[in-house]
Amino acid sequence: MRIQLTSIFVDDQRDALAFYTDVLGFTKRHDVPIGDDAWLTVVSPESLDGPELLLEPSSHPAVKPFRDALVEDGIPFCQFAVDDVAAEYDRLGRAGVAFTVPPTDIGPAVMAVFDDTCGNLVQIISTKPAPSDE
Amino acid sequence: MLAYYEGMADVFRALDDETRRLILDELFSRDGQTLFEICAVLSSRHGLGSSRQAISQHLGVLESAGLVVTERRGRSKFHYFSSDPLAAITRRWPVVGKDDTS
Repeated sequence: MRIQLTSIFVDDQRDALAFYTDVLGFTKRHDVPIGDDAWLTVVSPESLDGPELLLEPSSHPAVKPFRDALVEDGIPFCQFAVDDVAAEYDRLGRAGVAFTVPPTDIGPAVMAVFDDTCGNLVQIISTKPAPSDE
Repeated sequence: MLAYYEGMADVFRALDDETRRLILDELFSRDGQTLFEICAVLSSRHGLGSSRQAISQHLGVLESAGLVVTERRGRSKFHYFSSDPLAAITRRWPVVGKDDTS
């Protein structure tokens, strides 16, 4: 069994595609019209055959109260791995992305949380190299 | 006047808990944190395994005592340390250094 696809609710699929590709740097993988919406996925350019992220419409009535409650408490809905959280914080900050948590050392990793402008908080994390035995 | 004394009792009750004191320490070192961030640093820096719900209740006690104030920025709620109730304590019992009395 493998994790091939996971999903995140977005307020507007086209705005979300722009943010997840132009700002974050992901690559569009599928964009198949389904009624008024689309089966819309992105992948990491570092892993084009890797897990896809489905940008799913947030129109179901249960989504808004669920997400509002998470965002109020600052809880991120998904997490992406990066090489250097501080560098991403600078890069995304220059692109106008708002962070709710700046780069923070949490022991084995450094994390930060930003607003994806589509209704979600997203955590980025970089794990520290394992201490050498030497 | 009665409300004033009750308020001060709330402050002492709020401070009479190590987890709540650690929350104030963390807000003092970086003011303006979400519940998520407070839970993350309490867990990673202090090894606290408290549930998010428990931390939320601790924050409610601190907020009732006036030691924490909250502010909405965007869609998230941020917590800030407020020293105002502590000032009321030092007004009542001013800190006097040894040098001042000699």
